[in-house]
Amino acid sequence: MNPALQGLITIIIGVGGCVGYFYASNLFLDKVLFPARGIEKGKADRSRLVGMLFFFLLPALAIVLLYGRPFPLVVLQEAGNLFRLVLSVALVWLLYVAVNFLLPPGERTAGDNITRANMIRPWLFLAPALLALTVYLAYPVIETLRLSLTQRLPGGGYAYVGLQNYEKMFAEPKFWEALQNNLLWLIVVPALSTVFGLLAAQLSDRIRWGNLAKSLIFMPMAISFVGAAVIWKLVYDTRPVDQEQIGVLNALYLFFGGTEPQTWLTIPFWNSFFLMIVLVWIQTGFAMVILSAALRGVPEDTIEAAIVDGANPFQIFFKIKVPQIMGTIVVVWTTITIVVLKVFDIVFAMTNGQWETQVLANYMYDKLFRANDWGIGSASAMIIMLLVTPILIWNVYNARKEMR
Amino acid sequence: MDNIVGKKPALTWAVNISMAVLVALWLFPTLGLLVSSFRTADQIASSGWWSSLGTQERQVPAIRVEGTEVEVDGRFVIEGRLFDTTDARVSAWGTSSRQPEAYAPGQVVDLDGGATLTVIEDGTYVLSSPVTTEGTRLPRIFSTAATPPEFTTENYRAILFDPKNTDGMAKAFFNTLTVTIPATIIPILVAAFAAYALAWMDFPGRALLIAAIVGLLVVPLQLALIPLLKLHNDIGIGKGYLGTWLAHTGFGLPLAIYLLRNYMVGLPRDIIECAKVDGASDFQIFTRIILPLSFPALASFAIFQFLWTWNDLLVALVFLIDSTGETTVMTKQIVELLGTRGGNWEVLATAAFISIAVPLMVFFAMQKYLVRGLLAGSVK
Repeated sequence: MNPALQGLITIIIGVGGCVGYFYASNLFLDKVLFPARGIEKGKADRSRLVGMLFFFLLPALAIVLLYGRPFPLVVLQEAGNLFRLVLSVALVWLLYVAVNFLLPPGERTAGDNITRANMIRPWLFLAPALLALTVYLAYPVIETLRLSLTQRLPGGGYAYVGLQNYEKMFAEPKFWEALQNNLLWLIVVPALSTVFGLLAAQLSDRIRWGNLAKSLIFMPMAISFVGAAVIWKLVYDTRPVDQEQIGVLNALYLFFGGTEPQTWLTIPFWNSFFLMIVLVWIQTGFAMVILSAALRGVPEDTIEAAIVDGANPFQIFFKIKVPQIMGTIVVVWTTITIVVLKVFDIVFAMTNGQWETQVLANYMYDKLFRANDWGIGSASAMIIMLLVTPILIWNVYNARKEMR
Repeated sequence: MDNIVGKKPALTWAVNISMAVLVALWLFPTLGLLVSSFRTADQIASSGWWSSLGTQERQVPAIRVEGTEVEVDGRFVIEGRLFDTTDARVSAWGTSSRQPEAYAPGQVVDLDGGATLTVIEDGTYVLSSPVTTEGTRLPRIFSTAATPPEFTTENYRAILFDPKNTDGMAKAFFNTLTVTIPATIIPILVAAFAAYALAWMDFPGRALLIAAIVGLLVVPLQLALIPLLKLHNDIGIGKGYLGTWLAHTGFGLPLAIYLLRNYMVGLPRDIIECAKVDGASDFQIFTRIILPLSFPALASFAIFQFLWTWNDLLVALVFLIDSTGETTVMTKQIVELLGTRGGNWEVLATAAFISIAVPLMVFFAMQKYLVRGLLAGSVK
């Protein structure tokens, strides 16, 4: 089938399915299961019978059939049959309790019905999103952790190997190189992006063509990492010494007295910086937009007071404005930090980790799809997760604080 | 406050100039790619792209004299032009590769057999010979000329519309589009319903769920690769569009829910309560009131998701592109070109610019929503 057609059908099925699901499930909830009127005993019993059939018996059967037998979809497949049995019994029991609570024997008043419908409805709205989040984000975290402790056996299946994958990984110099580079990235990229972003935000708010300037600096945000890699490879391009240089950097280097053209991306240590510049170039726009909004939010009277006290523009900026937007600076910093931890495309496209430019994400990709070593690949993914975790916790903590 | 601070003329100048430098620095690399994509391979290889914007003097590859022979006053004369344009200025020319700058324009040079050749400044040449030159090898002319900027759209034609070109981007372009559109539309709807529940419905565990979504916001994609690939293989999706759409949907959801929920919480409570009093169901409130009012948030997420899926490489590499390469996307194609055609900048620049063009258009058209989304989306 033509992929475009397939795409169109998927859109129709996806969107139609979503709308249909939400509409039908709400309708079913309000009209059939819990209509907004009282139900006398006989009808209630019948509805309980139907409810039990659809909401308890069939799902319970599914749990037993699918979970009781080895089924590929099942997460904890290798956790042992006994464990599976216990879990499926527990699931079935939970289901029974829930259904029994929702459809108690005996008559129900209109109020009962409305309360119950309103208890279920949020979960109807949430169900597709929760399912997707669980399968595509939550489950992989646990599964990756598990895989990082196992080894793929040649004939299929997995063997538990404890921390061996980690030990093997720690013994590899390439891993330490990647980690070292990643830490360098973590310091340089957020710092430079924030500084340039702050500079651009502060300057652009003072000039007439500020909006145009902002949107030009912001523009690289729309460019893919791969596109940016091509753009900057042209900047770093090297021609033999007797030809005219077509890369800006070499042209400038020679213009300012360099003796011979350099192949910038192959100079160990410094080449990492040439890669970082690409990400700084992309992320500065983001920092600028957020910080510019924060700078505008700085109360004017604090600035006026400083002027009255005779502060010069630099003092106003560093002593009045920056302290007041510190919170936003931290947000920008952490957001860029996360981007840095996941950086893959730039290194993949520009050097592919050669000449000591390896980073964790690319190291992991190497392990997974070139060396085909899922154990070490997962272990390195867990290292990335570990590095992200403090920010994750901090974000959650702040979000909760804000909600209260 | 701008009437007090930094109004000193000197400072205003400094601000203007530093901003101009900053913008120039940021624009310069992209401009280089854009300009290069309109130059021929020869031009790119022989001079930096920045010099192509102005008139540049360079050595022109040898051109062999050709044209119809006319008999004038007993001599056989061939007249012709070295360049298609009339704006080129020849500064020196020669007839052998060892001495390409031997003669000045206008100089009449004697060749073997009594023939004379002259090239004048605007690039026209006259070859005059006492005997007919028909059937003989005519001399070549080497010249150094200042040519005005010259651009071509040939690269784009070759990359986009030449079906025989294996470096072509047409297929990859449509594949990218095929990935992007469903992957942008589907999560919006799923997320909108969830966001409504999280914003306006009361149920136990709501705060916990919101916290979990904030947490999932930063979970690195890398963790999901193997488990999901395994899952996709197990349930028979394998590598393909369906798996890619699902993956993009899953990865985009936390941000979508987070953005939309934050926006929906800010909608006026009165409207929703009035509607409830009037007997609207939650479903009606959602479709008739919340969804239309949330348009700005929906738009900003749509842009994010579009840019992210269009620019993505990793997800496509892992979940989409199989060994046949039929489903390659533009980012992958460019990486491939970087490997195989590393020095051919006319191919690379054009291919890259084709992939960049669409996001840039979206960016400039809908920047307002993008900025709004960024401001709402960064966890404060």
